[in-house]
Order: sequence, then structure tokens, then C-alpha cells
Amino acid sequence: MANNINLTIDGIHVSVEEGQSILDAAKKIDIKIPTLCYHVDLCVAGNCRVCVVESVGRNNLIPSCATPAEEGMEIKTSSPKVRRARKDLMALLVSEHNTQCTTCYRSINCELQQLAAEYNVDNDIYLSVLKPTAKVDKSSWSIEKDDSKCIRCQRCVRTCAEIQHVNALAVTERGRDMKISTFMHLPMNEIVCTNCGQCITHCPTAALTERRYYDEIWEAIDDPDKYVIINTAPSVRVAIGETLGYNVGERVTGKMVTALKKMGFNSVLDTDFTADLTIIEEANELLVRLKKALVLKEKVALPMITSCSPGWVKFIEHMYPEHLDHLSTCKSPQQMFGALAKTYYAEKIGIDPSKIVSVAGMPCAAKKFEANRPEMWDSGFQDVDAGLTTRELGHMIKQSGLDFFELGESEFDSYMGESTGAAVIFGATGGVMEAALRTAYVVITGRPVPFENLNIIPVRGLEGIKEATVKFENCVPEYKFLEGVEAKFAIAHGLINARQIMDQIVKGESPYLFVEVMACPGGCIGGGGQPIPTNDEIRKKRMEAIYAEDMDKPLRMSHENPEVTQIYKEFLVKPLGEKSHHLLHTKYRKRNRY
Amino acid sequence: MPYSRTRVVDVLFKPLTTAPYEILRKTIQREKKDVINELVDSGLRGRGGAGFPTGMKWKFAAQQKSDVKYVICNADEGEPGTFKDKKLLCEVPRKVISGMAICAWATNATKGYIYLRREYRYLVAQLEEELRIYHEKAKEMGLNFPIEIFLGAGAYVCGEETALIESMEGKRGEPRNKPPYPIQNGFLGKPTIVNNVETFASSAMICRIGAEEYKKMGTADQRGSKLFSISGDSPKEGVHELELGMTLEAFANEFGDGDTKAVQVGGVAGFCIPRKQFKTQIIGEGNTTGGSTMIFNSTRSMYNVLHNYLDFYAEESCGQCTPCRIGTQQLLKGIEAVKSGLKPPSYLDQLIKLSETMRITSKCGLGQSVTNSFSSIVQNFREEMIF
Repeated sequence: MANNINLTIDGIHVSVEEGQSILDAAKKIDIKIPTLCYHVDLCVAGNCRVCVVESVGRNNLIPSCATPAEEGMEIKTSSPKVRRARKDLMALLVSEHNTQCTTCYRSINCELQQLAAEYNVDNDIYLSVLKPTAKVDKSSWSIEKDDSKCIRCQRCVRTCAEIQHVNALAVTERGRDMKISTFMHLPMNEIVCTNCGQCITHCPTAALTERRYYDEIWEAIDDPDKYVIINTAPSVRVAIGETLGYNVGERVTGKMVTALKKMGFNSVLDTDFTADLTIIEEANELLVRLKKALVLKEKVALPMITSCSPGWVKFIEHMYPEHLDHLSTCKSPQQMFGALAKTYYAEKIGIDPSKIVSVAGMPCAAKKFEANRPEMWDSGFQDVDAGLTTRELGHMIKQSGLDFFELGESEFDSYMGESTGAAVIFGATGGVMEAALRTAYVVITGRPVPFENLNIIPVRGLEGIKEATVKFENCVPEYKFLEGVEAKFAIAHGLINARQIMDQIVKGESPYLFVEVMACPGGCIGGGGQPIPTNDEIRKKRMEAIYAEDMDKPLRMSHENPEVTQIYKEFLVKPLGEKSHHLLHTKYRKRNRY
Repeated sequence: MPYSRTRVVDVLFKPLTTAPYEILRKTIQREKKDVINELVDSGLRGRGGAGFPTGMKWKFAAQQKSDVKYVICNADEGEPGTFKDKKLLCEVPRKVISGMAICAWATNATKGYIYLRREYRYLVAQLEEELRIYHEKAKEMGLNFPIEIFLGAGAYVCGEETALIESMEGKRGEPRNKPPYPIQNGFLGKPTIVNNVETFASSAMICRIGAEEYKKMGTADQRGSKLFSISGDSPKEGVHELELGMTLEAFANEFGDGDTKAVQVGGVAGFCIPRKQFKTQIIGEGNTTGGSTMIFNSTRSMYNVLHNYLDFYAEESCGQCTPCRIGTQQLLKGIEAVKSGLKPPSYLDQLIKLSETMRITSKCGLGQSVTNSFSSIVQNFREEMIF
């Protein structure tokens, strides 16, 4: 039991545990202290100084985020001295900033803009010290870096180091030249970056944003010769509402579909369909690997690891290039969708695939990079023409002038629009594992997975690495070799956790058969393309929405999806068959670490 | 009482006539507590600039419970106008190393480092040789405290103790949030004592001559003697050891060229004292004790002096905290704008307010002390800033 510390803040007594900061203490009694470099996901930096407060008896102000509460402290959070200093600091930050807010992507959702407005900062006090050399790096498919908007809070640097352990961004130079940059100042497309976009969701301003493609999409929609298809990922429907004025965690699936149709997308389809397909392919791939290992005694790479998260895929390609055989060869649902849209779907609706523009609405920045991978041309065309983030889609809906609140609900269009609850939960960490287990258990034993309502609770939640054990009993004859096997599974989200799993594998100590990895904390619901802000509280709410959506679905196991059954019957023939191999599976490449 | 004539003394550079490391050998036969108390009693303050009582620092360090503790000698002498540590390391490294070893012995520290600025790397061979002798003697005495040399990369801010520690850990030299202080959580997370070169040498001398003798020098507020790096418009440039407690008038009379307009005390982080305050200002009281004194005569433009300082600051700020990174640039641009007529003279008052904000909000001593030289120059030489 930690000791309690007693202090007063603005005359109010508060008691906190030893080690907690003054900011924590102020939060406890609902006193708001402005912050910029502080983020609940990250370690404390204490470098923006905006959160300074006065401690009676001390001459200098102290940063409330970085100073532990001490017994008997008397804190003033809004004394004249504090207010003046804060206003001055804000004026300084503004003087270093590109203040063309009217044309800024993050306008209205910018922490600097908001605080500058709150403190009514006079733009003319100080001369601009914005570097004329500060430029925009648009080299990456996924991430745009605009140094003129950077306030040097280092949230991106800490995100990349602490959450992802990639360290693509770092502080360089000193004094007036200090800036956030890359290894040797290389452009963003040449560095070891997973494109996960977590730096974007942790950036308080528009210094880091996703590369935006919506103008091209509008152009395609307006072109009568083009047939524009959009498919939206499971976690978009539980988050896009946030960009349009809804509370966190409100599901707007039906309205979103209506909006997209009204905006002029020719078909509005569901990525969930290919999520179900992924489960069928991936579960079969796993069973083949297990059979090879246990029956044929062949050497196969186990555990098998999921490949749905493109940030994770690029991470393993860079960091563990010798262990790529652990990755499932299944494409991500987005890429499966793209390959099928320009083959199966084009055939079904009788449209020339060269006229199809395939768009994916994703919670993700890395999906943009993935869509542009040179190997993703299996349909004969670029399988996915553009990946849009949840934020971009929200912007497009606003641009279209629709009154989102008043829209009615619609269903996804047919062929590749049907889905099950198993596909929906792909959006949360542990979801792919749960969906795979729901189907694999039936395949192996002929019975549903032995959890109440099919809810495999141990794989859910925000813990960095989760484990589950499932024992297979009374297996069907084909899978007798799994009889009595206690299979261990693991789920990791956030690449720093994935690294732990990989280090175990490298040492040959991994006890698992199957591992799910998502690059972003919380899985796709916390993805780099999701609405800003994102933190654990918000992740939890989006997650609850995902599981509620799952419970609402009449079908909750991927193999029950009638459209999936249909596509195997009409087109793919069988899981891991020749067509599947061609359209739904992919290869990985070894990349450099530097 | 301050005294009106400089008193030159010879404590720190006086050659030792005894066998090598005799001070150390004798000191470690005493009670640890007594040695620390003697240092507290001597009134010695850190000679790097901040002036924290050295005895207290050692006392707190001795109280820390840890199997591993570090002693670091801060030889990153980077304050403009100071060059005394170089002379100490050149001429009497034995006193410095003795001070470190006594500190380690008294506080149960296990490992020592000399953080040497890279510009002084020509001293390495000489210091290595001295360390070889030290290690031999320490072995004879049964003292297990190895000392290594660590070469810094040359950033001014790395003279700040937590930035120094960060740089030793292989990271960017950026100051840490305090608390925790290095005494509690320093190099590699262990209790760490960081003292200036001169502080260690002075500690060794206090152990030799005793606190009573040491206290006889200086005044009630400033005990002992101190090295002054004197530069600028002076016929007697160089390092001089003086008793503390003299007025600036005394100092200027002794070291100035007869036409002294101002003295910058304590490097760019210190204050610029104009002639009219020479009678009342005492070196080391209310201003810093780093020992850098730059003398300006009437031919010098104080605008150019300040411009030079601010340019230095804007470059040497580590850049992590807002007030220091942007504030230094604003001050520099601001005085340029006033000079060129782009901003009215009253803008100088706005800039002084800004420097005050920097003082109360910056993360470390660098940003906090910009206001010292800035406001003392702008207030005392205002017309030079404008015309």
C-alpha cells in the first residue's frame, strides 16, 4: 500500500498516492490544467511547459505533468503568474508555427489551435520564427510529415519508441534547428517505418497526417465511365460517428452505408465479407501446418502468425526478415477484397474490371501503403486503388453536405456485403483469434467452441499480450491427430508487444501454435486512421461497440456466411485451392533494418 | 564585510610537497561522518556555477541506500569565458582526483568518471597517466574506486548535470525533469554525485588544511578562495585565484585596463554589471560563482555583446522545452528588430518580460539564466540597444 500524499490545489484539499503527479491530483478533483506534450499513452516528457503551475514558496513555476505531488504542497493552477506565463508560452509556440489554420487538415481538431484560442493569443506579440526551410514530406504512401506545423512536443517520437519500438522518428539537431526527423533525414518512404500511423493519432497538430486521397476518389465518383466500389472495415462503423458529432462508441453502420450510397459510390460493400473469408483460408492454413508438423513430421514454421495488419507485416519484414515463414500467407481482408472485386465481383455484376475503382475505408494508415505494394496486382489491375482512413471518410461525408444525423439506415449491397459477427470483431485486438477459434473448433470437433454465447472472453481486453488455451476433445476423424492437444494461443497488439512474441520465436521458446498480432494498441479500433483523440478509455468504448455489433448478428461464425459458401461454390472451389492461392494469398519480402 | 582590495591567494595551484595521494591516505583514516561535516562546515559551494553547498550534496548522497553509486567530475567546461578547469586538470590533476576519491570514500560510491569535454582531449594521455598512479596508490590503500575518462561531444547544455548524465548513457544531451535529482536517480538510475573540477580540488584542499583555515578566507556568505578566468579588456588575462568577497570595484581596479565599462560575471549565464554598480556589487553574491569574468571597456558595443550571447544561446539550447528553444530565438530576433527600427524601443520591455517567463518556466538552468545577462544588459545599456 503506497503512502498517501496530501496537498491543496487552488485551495481544495486532495489526497493522492505517492508518485502521482500534480496533474493527476488536479484531474482527481476536476481541475483542468492545459497540456500539449502530455499524452496518457506515453511517458512524461515535460517539455512544452504549458502545464506549469505555481507552488507556493517556490519562485519558479513547475510542470504539473512531470512533478510528483509532495506532502503539504500548495498549488495554484491559475494565478496571475501562471496565466501570464502560459499565455506567453502559447504565443511562443504560435510564433514557431505555420498558422494557416484555415487550410489545415486538423483545423478544429488541433490542440494548439484550441489552446491558443482559449488563451486568446495575440499573433503579433512575437516575430515569426517559422523556418522557411520547413517543408512537407509527401514521399510516403501513408504518412505526410509537415515540419512547419510541428511544435516539438515529441509525442510522435515517444509513440514510435514506446508503443511500437520502431524509432522511425527522432529528435535531431539542437537549439533553433532542433526538429523531429528521420534517420539521416531520409524521406519518409525510405526509412524503417511501418506506416502504422500511431504518430498521427498522437500528434496534437497537423505535423503528421495521413496522405489524403479523397480528391482522387471524388474525381472517380464524378467520372461516369468509372464504377466505384467501397468496402468499409469493421472498426470504421464504430468510430466514424466521432468525426460527425456522435459520442464515442456509437455505432452508425446503417447511416454510414446510406451516406456512402448517397455520395455516389456505385457499390457499398463490407470488408467483413473478406474477413470471414480470411478466417476460412487462415484456419485451413493453420490446420495444414499442424498436420504437417504432427502427422507428417515435416518442418513447418509454428506458431503461425496472422497477417491482417499491414503495419505488423512491414514490421516483421524489417525486423525479423529471417522469420517471415511464420506469417500466414493470407492477404489481409482489404487485399482479398480488392483481388475479388476486380475478378469475381466484376464478373457477377457484369462490369469491365478496368472500369472499377476499388476503394477501402480503413481505420489504418498502413493500408494505403499495402494497397500500393507492387505484388498486389493479382486481379490483373491494382487490386485496391485507394485506402481511405476513417477520418478521410468522415471528411468526405461532411464535404458531401449530407445531414448525417437525419439519414436513414441501409444495408450493404449484395455479393460481398454479407458478414458474420466473427468478421465484425476483427476490429478489436483478439478478434481474429476469437473468430478463427470459433470456426476452427467446429471444423476440428464438429461442435461449437465451449464458451458461453461463443464469447471467448480470455482473448479480449487491452492487456498487451493475452494468452488462451483450448483443449481439443472428441475430434472428428480427419483431425484425430489433434485429440487431447492443449493448444496455446497468444494475442499481441502494439508492436513493442509483438517484438516480445518474436524474440521468443527467435530463441525457439515460443509455446504457441497460433498468434494474432495487430500493430496498433487495441487493434484496428485504435488504428492510425481512426478519429483523434484515441486513448484507452476511447479504445474500450469502441471495443464494446464492436462486441455489441457481434452479438446483434444472427450469424456469428465465419463458415456460416452464405455468401462465403457461395463464392467457394461458384468461384474459388475450395480453401487453399488454386484460385485462392492466386488471389487470396501473398508473399513477403525481406527488408533492411536501416 | 566585503573588502575593497582583491586578495590573491595560492591554495589550489600550490604544489604538493608530500608523497602522491598523501591527502587521500590521511583523509580515509578518519571517520566518514567527520569529513563530510568538515566540508559542510567549510561553507564550500559548487564551483561550477549553481553554487549548491557541496557538503550537503555529499551528505545526501551518503544517505542514499544503493550498492552502486557514481561520482562524476564535470569537466565539460563550456561556459563562455571560463578556462580554469582546464588549468586545474593540466597542472594539479592529483588534487582533482583526490577530491573525487575522498567523495567516493565518504559516500560509498563505487565508480568514478571524469566527463571531459572533447575540446580538451589533448589532456587525455596526461590524465590517463595520473589515473594510473592513482589506481596504484588506491590499491595500496585498499580503496576500490576506479575512475575512467568519458569524452563528451561538445554541447554546452551537457554541462548541466542531468544532460551530462543523459549523454553518458548514450542519449541526446537533454536535461531531465527534476525531481528526481541525480543524487537519488542519476547515471544508469543510480545515485550520482556530479561536481565541478574545482569543487573536487577545493574539497581535497579543505581536507588538507581544515575547514577552520579555509573559512578564514572570504566573507560570511562566500567562504574560501575561488579561481577566476579573466578575459576581455584586461592587461592581466588568465586564471587567478582570489579570496571571495571582493567588490567589483576592487576587481575592476586590479584587472581592468582603467576604462572598464562593465564586467560580465559568471559567463553568459551570469550578470553584466555596469560601472555604476561596481561599488555595491560583490562577486559571487547574488550572481553566480562559475568564475568567468569578462571585462568590457568603453570601446565595446553592448548590443554586439548581447547579440553574441543570444546567438550562442539560440544555438546551444537543447531545443526540447518551449521557452528556451523559442524564447532564445525571439530575444535574438527582437533586439535585431529594435535596432533596425522594425519594432519600437518599448518592445525591449516586452522582451524583458519574455526573459522572465523563460526564467520561471524553463526546464533547466540554461533557459532559466538567459534573463540574467539579457535584462542586465538591456536595462543598463538601453540606449546602446536602440541607437
